[in-house]
Amino acid sequence: MEQALELLSLSPPGWGANLLRGLAASIQIALGAFGFGLIIGFFGAMGKLYGSPWVRDLLEVYTTVVRAVPELVLILILYYVGTDIINNIAAAMGRGPVEISGIAAGIWVLGVVQGAYSTEILRGAIKAVPPGQIEAARAFGMPRGLLARRVTIPAMTAFAIPGLANLWLIATKDTALLAVVGFSELTLETRQAAQSTRAYFTFFLAAGFLYLMVTLLSGVIFGRIEKWARRGQPSHRSAS
Amino acid sequence: MSSAEAAALRGTTDTASEEAIRVEDLHKSFGDLKVLKGVSLTAARGDVVAIIGGSGSGKSTMLRCINFLETPSSGRIIVGGEEIAMKSDGSPAKPKQIERIRTKLGMVFQSFNLWTHRTLLENVIEVPVHVLGIPKREATARAMELLGRVGLAEKADSYPAFLSGGQQQRAAIARALAVDPAVMLFDEPTSALDPELVGEVLTVISDLAAEGRTMILVTHEMKFAREVATHVIYLSEGRIEEEGPPEEVFGNPKSERLQQFLRTVA
Repeated sequence: MEQALELLSLSPPGWGANLLRGLAASIQIALGAFGFGLIIGFFGAMGKLYGSPWVRDLLEVYTTVVRAVPELVLILILYYVGTDIINNIAAAMGRGPVEISGIAAGIWVLGVVQGAYSTEILRGAIKAVPPGQIEAARAFGMPRGLLARRVTIPAMTAFAIPGLANLWLIATKDTALLAVVGFSELTLETRQAAQSTRAYFTFFLAAGFLYLMVTLLSGVIFGRIEKWARRGQPSHRSAS
Repeated sequence: MSSAEAAALRGTTDTASEEAIRVEDLHKSFGDLKVLKGVSLTAARGDVVAIIGGSGSGKSTMLRCINFLETPSSGRIIVGGEEIAMKSDGSPAKPKQIERIRTKLGMVFQSFNLWTHRTLLENVIEVPVHVLGIPKREATARAMELLGRVGLAEKADSYPAFLSGGQQQRAAIARALAVDPAVMLFDEPTSALDPELVGEVLTVISDLAAEGRTMILVTHEMKFAREVATHVIYLSEGRIEEEGPPEEVFGNPKSERLQQFLRTVA
C-alpha cells in the first residue's frame, strides 16, 4: 500500500503527475471532440431534416458509414488520411512534413465520429418538438435563424440531453483508443508508467478510478443541465 | 353592450370604413384535392368576420392561407392596403414581406401552441422583444397589463403545462395581443377545451370584439358567432355557400345546406 502511494505521488519518482497530465489531455480531447461533434450534428440534423435530396443522401452515407465501421478502424483511417492530406498540401506548397498537434488531430478524428451520432440524436430531438410551437413562431413572423435560436433549439434540448450525455461519456472513453496512434492521453500514460515500474495493477486501477470520477462528475453536471432543459414540463413521477 | 350597439359605436369613428384585410378568389389544393375553390372576404377595421362550416369545409385552411401558414394555390391577399407578393405557384415572392405582415396578424390556435419552455410572461414578451425590438422593460409592463386583462396576472411566472386549457388559451390571446395586431386570427379557439372552460375564453374574445378589434374567427360556437360577428361566412366544400349579417345567416338562412348545417349543430 505504501509502495503504491509512493508510485502514485505527484512528484518524481512517483508517476501521479504523468497520469494527471494524461487525464487533462483526455478531457481536453473529449471536450473538443464532443463540441466539434455537436456542431457537425447540428448542421447534420438540419441538413437531414430540411436539406435538398443530395444533401440528405450525403449525410445518410456519412452517418451510416461512421456508425457501421468500428471506431478503432475509423480512428486509424481518419488519422492517417488526415495527416496524409495535410502533408500532401504542405508538399504541394513546397514545404516539408508538418508537425501535427496531437490534441488537434485527436479532436478532428473523434469529432467526426461523434458528429455522426450527434446528427442522429439531434435529428430525433428536433422531430420531437411539437410542430405547433414552430408554427406559432412562424405565425408571429419570426425569421428562420431567430426561430431556430429561440424556439427549436431550446425546445429540443430536453429531448436531446439524455442521448448527448451518453455520447459525452463515450467521448471520454474513446480518447483511450487514441493511444494506438500515439497520443499521450490517460491510457497511454498509464501504460508507460506501468511498464516502467512493473506495477500494472496499481496504475490501471488508478486510471480506472480517474475515468470513474470523470463519469460521476459528468452525471452530476448533465443532471443539472437536464433539469434546466426540462423546465416547464411536468415530471413523469408526478404523472404516474 | 350588444354587437349591434358596438357596431353602431364603431360606425361613428372615422376609421370605421378603412379596409383591414381583403382576400380575393383564394384557391388552395393539396395535391389533387381542391380544398378552397375561390373564396373571398373583406373586413373593415373593427369588423368581426366569423367563418363557419362543417369539418372539411376548408374554413381553417382559409384562415391559415391568410398568414401563409398554408401556401395558397392562387388568389390575392391584401393586408392594410398592402398586397402580399406571390409567385405564380402561390408561394410568397418576398419572405421578408411575409414575416413583416405576420407580425400584424395575431394568431390564436386551436391547440394554443404556447412555447412550453417559457413562462406565460416570457411567451407574451417573446415576439415584441425579439421580433419587433421593443425594449424588454416596456414589453414586460405591457405584457403584465395584457395578462391582467385575461385574468392571468398571478400566473405570469407559471409554465403553460401547469395550467388548464382555458388558461393556456387566454394566455395565447394575450400573446397575440402583445404585437398590437391589425387583425386577429382565431382558428377554432375553443374546440380543444373542456366544455366548462369554453365560456372564459369566449368572454375574453367578445370583450375584444366590443372594443373594436378586427377579427377573423373560425368557430363551431354558433351562438357566440351570432352574438359577436358583424359578418358571417358559411363555407361548404371549399366555396362560400352563403354569407351576410349574423341575423340573416342564422335567422333566415336561404341555402338548403346552411339550413341543414344549422339544424345539425344547434
